[in-house]
Amino acid sequence: MDANEQTPFATLAPLEPLMDKCVHCGFCLPTCPSYLLLGKEMDSPRGRIYTMRAGMEGRVDMSAPVVAHFDTCLGCMACETACPSGVKYAPLIEETRAAIEAHHPRPLGARLFRQLLFAVLPYHRRLRVLGAPLGLARALRALLPARLQRLIDLAPRATLSDLRITTAELTPARGEQRLKVGLLTGCVQRAFFGSVNEATVRVLAAEGCTVHAPRAQGCCGALALHAGEPDTARRFARALITVFEREGIDAIAVNAAGCGSSMKEYGHLLRDDPAFAERATRFASKVKDVTEILTTLPARVARKPMPLRIAYHDACHLGHAQGVRRQPRELLQSIPGVTLLPVAESDICCGSAGIFNLVQPEMSDALGARKAAYLAETGPDMVVTSNPGCILQIQAAAARAGTPLVVRHIVEVLDEATRGM
Amino acid sequence: MSALDSAFLSRLHAAAPGGVIDDPAERLTYESDALVHLRATPGAVVLPASAAEVQAVVRLCHERGVPFIARGHGTGLSGGALPHPDGVLIGLARLNRILDVDVPNLRVTVEPGVTNLDITRRVAPFGCYYAPDPSSQSVCSIGGNIAENSGGAHCLKYGFTVHHVLSVEAVLPDGTLTTIGSSALDAPGLDLLGVLVGSEGTLAVVTKAALRILRRPEAVLTLLAGFPSIDAAGDAVSAIIGHGIIPAAVEMMDRLTIDAAEASVQPNFPKTSAVLIVELDGPQSEVDDLFVTVERVCRQAGAETVEIARDQGQRERIWKGRKAAFAAMGRVSPNYYVQDGVVPRTRLSEVLRRIRDLEARSGLRIGNVFHAGDGNLHPLICYDEAIPGQAQHAEAVASEILQYCIDAGGAITGEHGVGADKKSYMSKMFADADLDTMQLVRCAFDPANLCNPGKVFPTPRLCGEVPGPYRQHPVERAGLGERF
Repeated sequence: MDANEQTPFATLAPLEPLMDKCVHCGFCLPTCPSYLLLGKEMDSPRGRIYTMRAGMEGRVDMSAPVVAHFDTCLGCMACETACPSGVKYAPLIEETRAAIEAHHPRPLGARLFRQLLFAVLPYHRRLRVLGAPLGLARALRALLPARLQRLIDLAPRATLSDLRITTAELTPARGEQRLKVGLLTGCVQRAFFGSVNEATVRVLAAEGCTVHAPRAQGCCGALALHAGEPDTARRFARALITVFEREGIDAIAVNAAGCGSSMKEYGHLLRDDPAFAERATRFASKVKDVTEILTTLPARVARKPMPLRIAYHDACHLGHAQGVRRQPRELLQSIPGVTLLPVAESDICCGSAGIFNLVQPEMSDALGARKAAYLAETGPDMVVTSNPGCILQIQAAAARAGTPLVVRHIVEVLDEATRGM
Repeated sequence: MSALDSAFLSRLHAAAPGGVIDDPAERLTYESDALVHLRATPGAVVLPASAAEVQAVVRLCHERGVPFIARGHGTGLSGGALPHPDGVLIGLARLNRILDVDVPNLRVTVEPGVTNLDITRRVAPFGCYYAPDPSSQSVCSIGGNIAENSGGAHCLKYGFTVHHVLSVEAVLPDGTLTTIGSSALDAPGLDLLGVLVGSEGTLAVVTKAALRILRRPEAVLTLLAGFPSIDAAGDAVSAIIGHGIIPAAVEMMDRLTIDAAEASVQPNFPKTSAVLIVELDGPQSEVDDLFVTVERVCRQAGAETVEIARDQGQRERIWKGRKAAFAAMGRVSPNYYVQDGVVPRTRLSEVLRRIRDLEARSGLRIGNVFHAGDGNLHPLICYDEAIPGQAQHAEAVASEILQYCIDAGGAITGEHGVGADKKSYMSKMFADADLDTMQLVRCAFDPANLCNPGKVFPTPRLCGEVPGPYRQHPVERAGLGERF
């Protein structure tokens, strides 16, 4: 297999059994956002797997057009949900992206922009430092390059009080303790959505969870992993495992879907690290979305009525990647007065997708507009979702379309329903 | 030399601006549809964004004598969209708009790249649906459905695609844009629509279609029965129809396909040798009344379990199990070959017995899923491409099954089409005069034989049909000789 040794796709060889599962039926096509927009076979999961195999077999090079079709993948994993043959696409695209970053030289501008993102986004302190002068940057927006303008446009308009929120390291359970829970405070979440973390802590504590939110924790590595930087992701993962091991907890609660889906795969990510493989698997088995934890605990606190028509948006990394769709709906319906509205194309990504909205702005905007239109057409009082990226994306897209939507994180709604009860 | 020289390609770019794919690595992904063992890299791929662009592309091909092949979403199972290495593949994925929804007249107008299920989704709020429902309905395109005259589980009662198309706008092989059919249920003049639907892309490229939609029936009842043997399930089917009942659908699955579906979408089917899905629809009182008979007949035929879907959720779960059955074979076998044949319903048991003998003899596992109501069999032959010779062995087994269908007075395809895969069987089913008659029609539409050449017809009898291999012989290319 000389050809295999020479091709930059050679690292995909161990994953060949995963590719073999694809029978080319095409069931993934209509659920793939990039195929939906572009209509090209190369921009579909079926086409990408075909290209991966062709690359591995040395039939195609890692040329710029080939790379471009992997770059249009949002990593939303809708294809895994749709696949009747059980193809695992996530490891395939992650490995392909790692191969691309290792072998494919990108233009200088793109390279610097990616470096900037990875130097800032995963670090909540740096984000926070940037948060304060954002107002100044907005004022000077017109002077900045297009990519940076976009970064500023998407950045949440966090108030200074949001930026100051620091989640308490230990919050005791109210009443008798039912679970000892660790909370991932996240990077973007911690810097710009401190109020979501606060709400998560209050809801968990009210339902009898002692909440540990160690201040020393950092990024979970999801952004890096999804962008083809597995070594960086592994570094973050080891640090996070080490921090939470000290706490002796029953479960790790996550309120950002993208983080949760990556943390559940730590066992796979660190499978070749003898010091961490077993610890990573144990850690991963404890990772739960906050809605999974709350639905396993029969409600202790009554919910006060909230007469709201809610359009629930499934974050791809919660619905497709973690299969968590029932739990958030159950929790919302546990609030008297809430009506859940059916949303068309609810299985299609909103276009946020990690750093996708920063590196593929045109496609991201088109998907955002589509999503905002379908959500607006239900006439909701509120859109509820479970991922910070989706919140920013949907708010921005709805505002651009002139149909502003109120978008909230599910724990904020639950917090309001349980407060003062 | 290849017909696709740079002058041709630049004119192709002009015909469909921004829609041409000529990078070799990109063209590679269009090598095959869902029938993966037949592959050819197209000379160029073009994704037109309008009927006018389709017309411009076809005109150019006609002028330059370049073969062209229409493709929807590439889900066909007979290689109908198998590309031509020196030809243009016209992908219709971007023509995916629903142009008009006319509920009072129960009619929709759509572009060919719209998926079958999208039509039902769009008209569902008005209490309507589009009746033909192939298993791939979530992804297969209407253009492809028209080409193949697709059926589906419910065609026993509601008919095939041809019964639901009112008119089409199509580009003929010489580049003429024409409308065939009319908004009336039966247009005067020659029934060209009947000729076009099911012509497998050999007569024209459809750019728009007006389709009938139906009102949702008042009641739908679905029953799932487990039987100790395929024969017992077959007896139940005959008895149901013998009672004068025409169910909306009668589907049968055997144990291997039940297991595959279970591994894939967990429909929670009984672990019996065969299951039968029977669906009745219509006015509530009629459905309730007939259902009693169906249930009794199933039990008399030896049903071990009978489950009745009481709500939409249960019904969807049962159908999900059935519709995922093909693709789910990927869970139990590295590769599989889907066969599609038809036998008279009364000969089902006999043909299935022959298939079971063949399974034992060949050493290859064969799953069976079929539209039992109309005798449309879908044997799934499991094989492993990695084992040398096994793919060919599977093909031989699949071919033997078709012979059984012909022997029993059936047909070589029920709904997947002849395409590239089964053209050699056409002469087993039809006499020369039959095939020549079809060729006369084909030649009238496409005298230059450029529109999806090398499909459907077995031998080059009229107007220069070139069969078999998809590349010209080097001698021909060099202009030193030609086929006869």
